[in-house]
Amino acid sequence: MERISVFTGVAAPLKRSNVDTDQIIPAVYLKRITKTGFEDGLFANWRQDPEFVLNNAPFDKAEVLIAGSDFGTGSSREHAVWALRDFGFKAVFSAKFADIFYGNAGKQGLVAGVISDEATSQIWDAIDANPGLEVKVDLPAQQLSYGDTVVPFEIDEYTKWRLMEGLDDIGITLQNEQAIADYEARRESWKPKTLPAKGV
Amino acid sequence: MTQKPLTLAEKLWRDHLVVKGENGAPDLLYIDLHLIHEVTSPQAFDGLRLAGRDIRRKDLTIATEDHNTPTADIHLPIAEPTSRAQVQALRDNTAEYGVRIHSLGDKNQGIVHVVGPQLGLTMPGLTIVCGDSHTSTHGAFGSLAMGIGTSEVEHVLATQTLPLKPFKTMAINVEGTLRPGVSAKDIILAVIAKITTGGGQGYVLEYRGSAIRSLSMEGRMTICNMSIEAGARAGMVAPDEVTFEYLKGRPHAPEGADWDAAIEYWKTLKTDDDAVFDAEVFIDADSLDPFVTWGTNPGQGVSLLDSVPDPASYDDPSLRAAAERALEYMDLQPGTKMKDIAVNTVFLGSCTNARIEDLRAAAEIIKGKKKADGIRMMVVPGSQKVRLQAEEEGLDKVFKDFGAEWRFAGCSMCLGMNPDQLGPGERAASTSNRNFEGRQGKGARTHLVSPVVAAATAIRGTLSSPSDLEG
Repeated sequence: MERISVFTGVAAPLKRSNVDTDQIIPAVYLKRITKTGFEDGLFANWRQDPEFVLNNAPFDKAEVLIAGSDFGTGSSREHAVWALRDFGFKAVFSAKFADIFYGNAGKQGLVAGVISDEATSQIWDAIDANPGLEVKVDLPAQQLSYGDTVVPFEIDEYTKWRLMEGLDDIGITLQNEQAIADYEARRESWKPKTLPAKGV
Repeated sequence: MTQKPLTLAEKLWRDHLVVKGENGAPDLLYIDLHLIHEVTSPQAFDGLRLAGRDIRRKDLTIATEDHNTPTADIHLPIAEPTSRAQVQALRDNTAEYGVRIHSLGDKNQGIVHVVGPQLGLTMPGLTIVCGDSHTSTHGAFGSLAMGIGTSEVEHVLATQTLPLKPFKTMAINVEGTLRPGVSAKDIILAVIAKITTGGGQGYVLEYRGSAIRSLSMEGRMTICNMSIEAGARAGMVAPDEVTFEYLKGRPHAPEGADWDAAIEYWKTLKTDDDAVFDAEVFIDADSLDPFVTWGTNPGQGVSLLDSVPDPASYDDPSLRAAAERALEYMDLQPGTKMKDIAVNTVFLGSCTNARIEDLRAAAEIIKGKKKADGIRMMVVPGSQKVRLQAEEEGLDKVFKDFGAEWRFAGCSMCLGMNPDQLGPGERAASTSNRNFEGRQGKGARTHLVSPVVAAATAIRGTLSSPSDLEG
């Protein structure tokens, strides 16, 4: 994975709370068996409305999404993160993220930063006053900034470290091979096995 | 030596710890059972292939086809090319890696969360994961079960472990006795309405109390299934005699000395008396009515005896805005009685409510009755085995005589990845779990209901409870 540190991009406001992953990418777009090319599915139903924020310049080139609270609820589909990434987003900020979405984002190099509801509204106002506003995302410092305004954001330390180092979880886990093998050696014999298959 | 009292969730965590995380790193937990379906696995298999990795424990992995599969004419090739390709990819991947699969046409095929329990693979004391958020269903057995993303699917395939940050714990205490016509679905809809769709974020929920204890395993599964709709990745019920009775004799249930050892351990799987939850919620079962949703998230629910709420009644501006948006999408007016809302489709199905007891409960209501004019009712069993069982009991005939469509197993209209979708503006009473905008079809409107409310609604044409049919 690419290492992430500091970047600047156009911020887009998504003035809705409780955006579930069915809205981020509807189920009909989940049928692909590749891991890229999901940008056309991003907010597909909402994008049918020509007025929808991401349909219009400068937000069609946005790289930072400022969303209402409870972003990414519902289905576990990692496609939601892929769709945001494929559209060009590098970071999403919200007052609250659903757990599974938050975890998926961290595994795919999408920064998911938690800011307050007040900060969210302030950034929305700043974008309204100045559409095309570019914001700087400083992951090491955990800061989002524009003009003279600096907004601190929260991200869990471990995810931040992995994003900054561009590390792959499986590689990290496999360093614990011996511990996994030891655990397996002491697993109880009553635990189920799918093979050989029974009840077929 | 006294040990710190623990909650059920904490005991399961302790017993699956492979490596304790240090300096902010997550704990590494062992995964006992990994369920796979066609939608969230192809990219995970690709990842394995690219890295030259094998599956660590094929004997702890099982696949079935559910999201894309048609529920009619299943002897024909899947018509829709992308659905067909995705199912084929699962068949190819499982064949290449040697993973057990139950494909369309197989008696064990069906919704992954119905298949695990019916095979006896789901049992107390396990960690269970699947690339599907409704994996929380399996927590009904007293296991730690949660939905994961595709990167995590690949991680579990490669390592049989998952790095996880400890959760907080929340007790959902449901005391009392449910009235006739009120069921597990109403309990969970009431819980979500109370704590909202974000209330469970960061928590594992433990459902407790006399009303939970008196539920069957299938009712408990319905409740745990929708833990994710409250924002919680997992929900659970401590195992008891009901659990052991359900499991005994199932194909993969332990036998002989293993059964005895398992029971001995399973009996320890309960929250210690002095353990402290990070949060507690109380629900009074005695006074609970049938619950239905009026909006576009599962927390937007009310008693069926109530009316559509007025957005102005919300103090919180974001809740108010969400309610306004929901009413516009749902084409509903504040103050409309829920029972006056007419639907054109009734869907009895999904991993929430498509097990045999759900079908029996609905069939009992509609037996000998005719469905309302203009109503389409679709009955989609949760698995092929449920379908066969229902046919053995003659339930298929009850549904067909009523005028309902009797289908093959799959996720179906819960999310409409297969041809089972609602059209724009159509309105459904649905026993599924999500009433999101466009979930059951573009522009479609969903009211989440229990199986008996679905059945009564199909008879009357408007949202109804079984008690509305009397007299």
